[in-house]
Amino acid sequence: MNKQQLLLIGHGMVGQRFLEALVARDGLSRFDVTVLCGESRPAYDRVGLTRYFTERDADALSLTPSGFMEAHGITLKLDTRVSGIDRQARTVTTETGERLGYDRLVLATGSYPFVPPIDGNDRAGCFVYRTLEDLDAIIQAAEGARVGAVIGGGLLGLEAAKALHDLGLETHVVEFAPRLMAVQVDEMGGALLREKIEALGVTVHAGTGTQAITDGEQHRHRMVFGDRHLETDVIIFSAGIRPQDTLARACELTVGERGGVMIDDHCVTSDPAIQAIGEVALWSERVFGLVAPGYQMAECAADHLCGQGESGFQGADMSTKLKLMGVDVASIGDAHGSTPGSRSAVFLDQSAGVYKKAVVSACGKKLLGAVLVGDASDYGDLLQLCLNSIDLPGDPAALVAPAGAGAPLLGADALPDSAQICSCNNVSKGALCQAIDAGCTSVADLKSDTRAATTCGGCATLVKQVLDSELAKRGLEVNNHLCEHFAYSRQALYHLVRVEGIDSFDALLERYGEGDGCDLCKPTVASIFASCWNQYVLTPELAGLQDTNDYFLANMQRDGTYSVVPRVPGGEITPDKLITIGQVAKKYDLYTKITGGQRVDLFGARVDQLPAIWSELVAAGFESGHAYGKAMRTVKSCVGSTWCRYGVQDSVAMAIRLEERYRGLRSPHKIKLGVSGCTRECAEAQSKDIGVIATEKGWNLYVCGNGGMRPRHAELFASDLDDDQLLRTIDRFLMFYIRTADRLQRTSVWRESLEGGLEYLREVILDDSLGLADELEAQMAHIVDTYQCEWKTTLQDEEKLKRFRHFINDATPDNELAYVREREQRRPAYPHERIELVES
Amino acid sequence: MSETIIDKPASRQGTVDTWQPVCRLEEIVPETGVGVRLAQRQVALFRTRDDRLFALDNHDPFSHANVLARGLLGSVAGRRVVASPLYKQHFCLETGECIEDAEVRLQVFPVRLAGDRVEIAASPVRHG
Ligand code: SRM
Ligand SMILES: Cc1cc2nc3c(=O)[nH]c(=O)nc-3n(C[C@H](O)[C@H](O)[C@H](O)COP(=O)(O)OP(=O)(O)OC[C@H]3O[C@@H](n4cnc5c(N)ncnc54)[C@H](O)[C@@H]3O)c2cc1C
Ligand code: SF4
Ligand code: FES
Repeated sequence: MNKQQLLLIGHGMVGQRFLEALVARDGLSRFDVTVLCGESRPAYDRVGLTRYFTERDADALSLTPSGFMEAHGITLKLDTRVSGIDRQARTVTTETGERLGYDRLVLATGSYPFVPPIDGNDRAGCFVYRTLEDLDAIIQAAEGARVGAVIGGGLLGLEAAKALHDLGLETHVVEFAPRLMAVQVDEMGGALLREKIEALGVTVHAGTGTQAITDGEQHRHRMVFGDRHLETDVIIFSAGIRPQDTLARACELTVGERGGVMIDDHCVTSDPAIQAIGEVALWSERVFGLVAPGYQMAECAADHLCGQGESGFQGADMSTKLKLMGVDVASIGDAHGSTPGSRSAVFLDQSAGVYKKAVVSACGKKLLGAVLVGDASDYGDLLQLCLNSIDLPGDPAALVAPAGAGAPLLGADALPDSAQICSCNNVSKGALCQAIDAGCTSVADLKSDTRAATTCGGCATLVKQVLDSELAKRGLEVNNHLCEHFAYSRQALYHLVRVEGIDSFDALLERYGEGDGCDLCKPTVASIFASCWNQYVLTPELAGLQDTNDYFLANMQRDGTYSVVPRVPGGEITPDKLITIGQVAKKYDLYTKITGGQRVDLFGARVDQLPAIWSELVAAGFESGHAYGKAMRTVKSCVGSTWCRYGVQDSVAMAIRLEERYRGLRSPHKIKLGVSGCTRECAEAQSKDIGVIATEKGWNLYVCGNGGMRPRHAELFASDLDDDQLLRTIDRFLMFYIRTADRLQRTSVWRESLEGGLEYLREVILDDSLGLADELEAQMAHIVDTYQCEWKTTLQDEEKLKRFRHFINDATPDNELAYVREREQRRPAYPHERIELVES
Repeated sequence: MSETIIDKPASRQGTVDTWQPVCRLEEIVPETGVGVRLAQRQVALFRTRDDRLFALDNHDPFSHANVLARGLLGSVAGRRVVASPLYKQHFCLETGECIEDAEVRLQVFPVRLAGDRVEIAASPVRHG
C-alpha cells in the first residue's frame, strides 16, 4: 500500500503529543510524516518555561526524546514557517518558498500572545512570554535594569511577575480588571491573593488600564494610566492569548467569530483533509488555553486518522493550580457559582491568609467547583470529588473546614477506577492499576509507563497514594534492593556487615553481591563500614568507594572546584578564628558565605589547593566540618542563658557538647541537630533530626524533624531529661536510625515508614523493648572514641596528599576554569559567559 | 550537542603512533581515576579492580567541568562505566557512550601498560 503524505504544521507541545499518539497506533505504517516547525528547537515544555530563568538549560525542557524522529522515520524541518495553504492543490508553501504536497494536514500552530493596542507597545524593551527566545530576550534586558512591569494579572502574568522578581527587579503587575486572576478566582479570593503577591514583594495595580507607553525620565519607559504613571525598564505583555489561525483564515477554513479553527469531535475542520488540535482549535465555541485538552485532542485526532476507537473529544476540565512558589491558589470547575441553584460554603481566615470556597449543587450532594487561596492542599481531593461527581462524604462545610478539623476528605481507595488522576495526560486510576498489575512498583515506573505526573506534576501526590494503596492491596512490597549488584536492602546489608564483621567491599561483593558495584552501592557500603568500624575513609581499600566529596573531603561545585567548611561547633567562634577564616579566604580568593548552618563556607578551592588551605585551617585549630559527608552536619544553637534574658539553660554549651560527640558520624543521610535555650526556640530545633529545647528542669528532646524539600516538625520524644539522660537517649536513637534506615532516608522519612510509629520508637529507645540499648550505646561509644579529623590525618600522609592534583603527569592546575566577579567576589562563569571569557 | 567551547578539537588524523608515558601503574589506586594532561586535551584515566585501564575525555559534557576522572567507577547491566561526580550520568568506559543520552559520546583513547608504565596514545579511537 502506498503511504499517504501527512503534514503537521507546528511542533509545540500538542504537535509532539500527536506524533507520539500516531506512533503508538502504528500510524507510521500508513503515513509518511513531515513536521514543519516554526521554532528553531523541537517541541519543548512550555508549561515549565519559567524554570528556564533559574536553570538556563533549554535541553532540560525538551519534550522530544532524542532519536525519536529518526527512529520513526519522521522528517522534522526546524525554522520552517508555513506561509500559505492551497486546499485545492493540497499543498503548503513555506516562507522560503518550498512547496510540499499532502493527503492529510494537521494544524497545531498553538496561539500567540495578545498585545493590547496601546501606543508604544512595540518599543524596544517590551516583551511577550511564550517561547525560549522571548525568555532569552527578557533575561538580557533584565541585566542592568531595575524595574519591571507585567501587563496582565492572570495565571501567566503572575508567573512572569515572579520570574522578574527573581531576576532581581522591582516588580509591578498592572491589571485592567479589579482583581488578579479574575477568570479563576472570586472577589474575596482575589483580595487575599493580592495580599499574598504583595507580600512576595510584587506591587499590584488592579483596576488600572495602560493608555500609552512613552519615554521615561528615570527609567526606559513610562506607562501612562490617566493621571498616574509608572516608570519601568522592562515590560512584559501577558494579556491573554489568541489562536494562531492566520493560515486557516487565509485558505478560508471556517474559524470562530473570536478566532480559532472550528473542529468537530474528531478534530476535523471544515475541510475533511485537515484537522486542527491544541490551542489553535475551536471546539463547541471554545478554545482551550491549557495543555491537557490539547493532549486529548491529539489522541482523538490520531484515533481518527488511524481509524481506531471513535473516542471523540468531549471537552475538558479547566481547573487550574498556580505554579508559583510560595503562593497556593487553585480554582476548580464552577468557581464563580454560576450554576443555577448552586450554593457556596466559604471559609476565611485573614490572619492565617487562607480562603476556601466550595460550590455545591442545589441538592447539596455534589461538588461543582471550588476556589482555594493560601492553602491548596485539598486541590487533588476536591478535584476528584468534582470530576467524578462523587457524593459528598458529609456536610459541605466540612470541605472548607481548616486543615486538621476533620478526617482527610478522600483516600485513593474511595476513588472509582474511572477517576482521572492525571488530567494533563488523561490517566485514570484504572490505568494506573493496570500498570501496577503489569509490574510497575514505583512512581518512576508509573511515570514512564503511563506518563502520569510528567507534565505539571500537580497529581504526583495522588499518583503516589494510588500506588501505595494498590501495592498494599496486592500484598506487594516495594522493591528495596540497593541496586543491580546487591539484592538486599541497606538495612539487611548493614546487618550482614556487622554480624559477619565484613570490612572490605570485595569481600561483601563476593559473599552477597555480583558484578563490579556502582555509584549507588559503593558509597552506601562505605557509609555502613564507617558507622560500624569507623576506619579512616581514605585507606586504599575504601577510597574507590567514596563519592567525590568524601574522596576529596570537600563538596564539589558546579565547575568542578570545591567548597571548604570548617566545623564551628554550636556556631560559637572566637574573633581570632573568624579572622583566620577571613585571611585564608582572602589569600586563596575564595567566595565566602555564611551558611544556613551557622558556619562559614569558602567556595572555589581547586583540588590542588585543598591541602594548603586545610593545613592553614588545621594549624589555627579548625577541624573538618563534614559538610561533604552523609554524616552529622551541624548543631545549631541559640545564645541561651549565657546572654539571653530568657534563657533557662546554657544551650551553647550543650550544642558544642553534642557537636563534638557526634562529629564525623556517618549515617544513611545527613543528620542535623539544634539546641534552644528556652521555649522561644530561636535555634529552630523542632525542624531538626534531633531538637533539644531547654526547660526549667532540664531538656526536652524532639526527634525526626526536617527542613528541606518536605519539611516536618519534630515530635516530642522525652521531657525534662538531665544532661546524661539526654546524651544516652540520643546515642541510642541515632544508632538505631543508622542500623535500620534505608539509603538516603532522613530521620523524618524513616520515622514515617516505621511501623508502630513514635510509640514503637519510644519502646525501643526508652523502654529497651528489644534489649538493644546497651549494644547501641556501646557502638556509639566506639565511634566517639575513634573519632579523628579526616583532614588532619590526611595532611600527615604524603601518600594521600598525592591524589590532590588535577593531572597525574603535570603539576599545573585545571586550565579551563573561568570566573566572573560579582558583588566583589568571584563565581564560576555560566556557559554563555565562558564563550566570551575563553575565546577572548 | 554541547558546545565544546573550550575543548580544542583533537586531531583526528594519524594512527596510534604517539604513545605517551603518563605515570606508573601503582600511582593509581585500583578502582579509581586520575586526570592526565595530553597535548591540548584533558583525559580521565581509570584503573579497575582487575587492573584494566581505560582513558576517556575528562570533560563532562553535561556540566562543562573537567571532572570525570573524579567519578565513581561501576557497572550498569554488565558494562563498565564511570558516573559523573556532578550530575551522575554514566559513561561507558569502553566506548565513551553516555548511558542516559545516546547522542552524547566521549572520546576514548588507547591505553597500554609498558612494564609498569601507563601509556596513552594522543589520537582518540574512533567508534562507529
Ligand atoms: C551551604 C548551604 C547553603 C548556604 O549557603 O547556607 C547548603 C548547601 C548545600 N546543601 Fe543544604 N546547605 C545548607 C543548609 C541547609 C539547610 C539549613 C540548615 O541546615 O539549617 C537545609 C534544611 C534543613 C534540613 O536539612 O532539614 C538544607 C537542605 C538541603 C537538602 C534537602 C534535604 C532534605 O531532607 O530535603 C539538600 C539535598 C540533599 O541532601 O539531598 C541539600 C544539599 C546541599 C548541597 C550539599 C548540594 C550539593 O550536593 O552540592 C549544597 C552544597 C554545600 C557546599 O558545597 O558546601 N541541602 N541545607 C548550607 C550549609 C550548612 C552548613 O553549614 O553545613
Ligand atoms: C509560561 C507559560 C506557562 C504555562 N503554564 C501552563 C500550565 O501550568 N498548565 C497548562 O495546562 N498550560 C500552561 N501553558 C499553556 C501551554 O503551554 C499550552 O496550552 C500548550 O503549549 C499548547 O500547545 P500547542 O501545541 O497547541 O501550542 P504551542 O506549544 O504554542 O505550539 C505551537 C507551535 O506551532 C508553531 N507555529 C505557529 N505557526 C506556525 C507556522 N505558520 N508554521 C510553522 N510553525 C508554526 C509555533 O512556533 C509553535 O512552536 C503555559 C504557557 C506558557 C507560555
Ligand atoms: S531561644 Fe530563648 S534563650 Fe535562646 S535566644 Fe531565644 S529567647 Fe533567648
Ligand atoms: S495533572 Fe499535570 S502532570 Fe498530572
